This record gives sequence, C-alpha cells and structure tokens, in this order.
Amino acid sequence: MGMTLTEKILANKAGKKEVAPGEIVTVEPTWVMSHDNSAAILLKFKKTGVKKVWDPEKVVIILDHTVPPPTAEYANNHRSIRNFVKEQGIVNFWDMNTGICHQVMAEKGYDLPGAVIVGADSHTTTPGAFGAFAAGIGRSEVAAIWATGKIWLRVPESYEIIVNGKLPKGVFAKDLALHIIGDVTAGGAVYKAVEFKGETIRDMTIASRMVLTNMSAEMGAKNGIIEADKKTEEYIKERKKAPYKVFHPDEDANYERRYEYDASDLVPKIAFPHTVDNVHDIDKAEDIEINQVFLGTCTNGRVEDLEIAARILKGKRIHPDVRMLVFPASWEVWREADEKGILRTLADAGAMVMNPGCGPCLGAHEGVLADGEKCLSTANRNFKGRMGNPNAEIYLGSPATAAATALKGRIADPREVL
Amino acid sequence: MGKVWKYGNDVNTDVIFPGKYTYKIMSDEEMASHALEDLDPNFAKNVKEGDVIVAGTNWGYGSSREQAVKCLKAAGIKAIIAESFARIYYRNCINLGLPAITLKKEDIDKFDAGDEVEVDIENGVITNKTKGFEVRFPPFEGYVMDIIKAGGIIEYIKNQGNRE
Repeated sequence: MGMTLTEKILANKAGKKEVAPGEIVTVEPTWVMSHDNSAAILLKFKKTGVKKVWDPEKVVIILDHTVPPPTAEYANNHRSIRNFVKEQGIVNFWDMNTGICHQVMAEKGYDLPGAVIVGADSHTTTPGAFGAFAAGIGRSEVAAIWATGKIWLRVPESYEIIVNGKLPKGVFAKDLALHIIGDVTAGGAVYKAVEFKGETIRDMTIASRMVLTNMSAEMGAKNGIIEADKKTEEYIKERKKAPYKVFHPDEDANYERRYEYDASDLVPKIAFPHTVDNVHDIDKAEDIEINQVFLGTCTNGRVEDLEIAARILKGKRIHPDVRMLVFPASWEVWREADEKGILRTLADAGAMVMNPGCGPCLGAHEGVLADGEKCLSTANRNFKGRMGNPNAEIYLGSPATAAATALKGRIADPREVL
Repeated sequence: MGKVWKYGNDVNTDVIFPGKYTYKIMSDEEMASHALEDLDPNFAKNVKEGDVIVAGTNWGYGSSREQAVKCLKAAGIKAIIAESFARIYYRNCINLGLPAITLKKEDIDKFDAGDEVEVDIENGVITNKTKGFEVRFPPFEGYVMDIIKAGGIIEYIKNQGNRE
C-alpha cells in the first residue's frame, strides 16, 4: 500500500519502511518550538529533575506573543526565558526583535521538507507549507521533549484537498482557506492530516501556501501539508538550518476522504463571529460597520499581504471612523515592506504601522476592542473574547478585504477597489 | 481480570469528570468517587480494580482536563477500549499511563456490560472469558509501552532524571 506525504515523513523519521494510520511512532523531532510560553514550560521542565535539555541545538524559542511586554509579569517571563536560554546554551533563540514564531521558523530556515516540527502553539501547522510534518502540542509535552528528546505520535489518517483553477481577481489564499473551513467545518478534520494539492496550490507563492497550512488548525487538523517543489527549494536555499529530504506522496496512497474545489468561481469570503467555520460570501457582510481593521498575524502579515493593502490604499485616506492597525509578521517583512515603500503608503493612508509580533490577535495588548465594537481581522481566529473583549465581534477576511473595509468604514468587497 | 463497563458514542469529558470539580484540588480517591457521575451513577460505587471500559466513537471529547483520565485510573480502570478517542483525551491517557485501545466497531459490538475480560497489554490480547473469544490489537511500541509501564510520562521522565 502506498503512503501519503505525512505517512512518508513519519515513517522516515521513525526509521520504518512504512507506517499506517492509527499506528504509534516515536520520533526525535527535527525542532521543538515554543514562544513566550517557554516561561511556563521551563518550570515544568525543572520539575522533571532532568538538568539539561536533550539537545540545545534543536530547541527553538521565539519571543512574539507579548512584545514588548505590556506588564511586569510578562517582562519577568521574558527575563526568565533569556536566563534559561543562556544557562542551557540554546542557540536557536530569537528575541522580541525578530517576529512571529511561525514566520520566523520559515525565515530562519527551520521549516524544511521532510522535517518533523512540533511546537507549543496551535498554529504550528504552518511549516507544512514546506513539506514538513508540523503539529501543535501541549506545554507539558514540550517539557517532556526537552527532557527526553522524543515524542510519540499517532499516525493520522489523511484527507486530500484538491484545488484546481485560477483564483479570480480580488480573491486570495485566505478566501480559499475560509471557504474550505466553512465546508469541512471546525471539527471536520479533527486529528487528520490534510494534504493540499492541485494546480491552484502549485501556482501559489510560499506565503500564500502558509495561509492554508496555518489555518488547517481551524478545521481541527493535526497537520496541514503541501508537497515541496522548486519554489520551496528556492525559498530555503539560502536559509536552511539543517539538511533536508523532499518526500512525495505515492500514487496509490490511501486518503480517508477527498475534497475537491474549483478556485476559479470563488468570491471573497468572511468568517462571521464567533467561529471560523461561520463563513459567508462577502455580499452577506457588506453593510456591517467596522471600528477597527487589523492587518497582520501569522496568517496574513507577510509582504504580499501588506503589498495588496497598500495597492488599494495608495493615495487615499482610510474612513475617519476606522482605526487600522498593521503588524508585519516579522522584522524581515518590515524591512522588505519598508524598502518597497509599502509601510509609508499605509501610514500615509492613516494606518498605524506597529511593531512585528502577534499584536492584538490574542487580546493581550496593542489594540484591544471596546464593548460592542466590530473588527475586521486578517487573523485565523474570531472566537468570542479572542481580541481581549468578549463584548466585541471579530470578522475574518483577506488583506485586500481588510484594506477595502478600512477605506469604506464597512465590510467592503475588494473587487470594487482593485 | 475485571468486568466490562459498556458505554456508547460521544461520551464527553464533562460527564466523565464534571467541570464544576476541575479547579478543586482532590485526592485520587475523591476524584474516583466522582468518575462518570453524570453518565452512570452506579459506576463509582461498583467499579473494581482491573475493570475496563468499552465504548463507541469519540470517547472523551470536549475539554483537555486530565482529571477525566485520572479519575478512571484512580477508580481502578485498567484500560479503555473504544472505537475512537478524542485527540487530547487519547494523549492524556497514554501520558498518564492508562492504556487506550482502539478496536473496530464489529469487535466493540461483541462486548457486553458485565463480561469478564482480561487485557494483556504486553502482547496485545483481550480475552473475553464470559463469551470465550479473543481480540488482538497492535501492542504499544517501545516508548509508549515504557510510559505506560512507568505509570505515566512524568514518572517515566523522573526515573530518567534519577538515572543521571
């Protein structure tokens, strides 16, 4: 029996000829990632009685969630992480002047084909865009890996999601991701590997592919994955932190379920409060007045995202009743966007260009909403209270929809302004 | 050797261990006394060391609370055998040292409440003494078996820490 991409990677890592869904394998992860929550993880680690992490070169720590820290408590957490990093000799540490963990993992060359990456963040599915197996795990399990160097994984059943056709003007990877999640539903792929294939995926930039694997978590998937190709190898050429091996799914691989989509008839999509699978065509949302537009996050804070927004807002001013917050996903993104004049264009339009990081996505700081307010966000989650106020509403859309909305003061179709 | 407690599909963590107790610090015995309280009030009173649970699909969905595994282990449950488990519940089972065994529906259907069964974790055999049949399952692989034998991942790591 042939194997899916996920099965191939897990079999290779476990040193087995083949693996089947349901089987448990034990692997040494290529990288284990954590962020500001490393402060809690290191306390758990210390309780194990193990003195040194198993391999200080495979532990990756990236500070991104509350940067710079808004309270003394967060600041103390950051300090305890920095001390731990020094004490353990952890080389792959990126302080708060780097970017969002899932973006930094790509930029700094950890996201590699064939790698097994686990991290203490639910959107650790993102590296799947590079043909890696990548999944979110709990804090205790990260502490356990730091102590033992291994994790057991149940080989998931795979779904294949096949997308063909050219995305129409004004419709982007985010709209496709929302469309798929609306169809599969928030719990529709629980514990499954979702493998994205088809010409639409092959035509996508790496940044756009990352939107799909990032949002795989929102249908409950264990991991989202896309076969590596020339674009992948081009991206990682100068960045890679380790050797890698490209795997391909077998022709006769067994997929538990298949979803097929035609991208060419898609329209911009909006996920309504308070679940990510509450997805509607944009025309159902067009009268909704918006107080805040949030452009950024690990889902949509890359250069192509800021660029499309800048194209829409160039030479214009955003609606006076809207606050627009822009958070580039990393300082690398910030620099490139700066060189291209994107940040200046956005600021000239009235947007506030903020420091790279998770920003207000998780409601900790930098843009919390008032009671009764509505936000159009390019993030991946719109749960009640997600942005710090349970009495506010979050609508999810693409960066182009975000820019069109900022311009009009209500949810607006980007096809009208592109 | 123990007997079967049989349940259906989609048994959630709230009926296994009620949410109202989750932030109360409890001894193992006290946890055991609330096990399955809202699903089967007879369970906690009558369960014996070595008994097993046999259930349908999606056992343990809902919250990530570890007490929903711990209370059953503390009550003496030796293994949970189900058609499928909720993802976090499954991980919690293994990491707390309670074997979670997946069987096909046709095998699950062969068991009835009260059957006397023996579960051989090491070799992957469930023997139903009442009905006189055996069902095999793939034994847990090395690391997972080590965790189960140690009684959980924390115990496993502590043993490792002590060795250094």
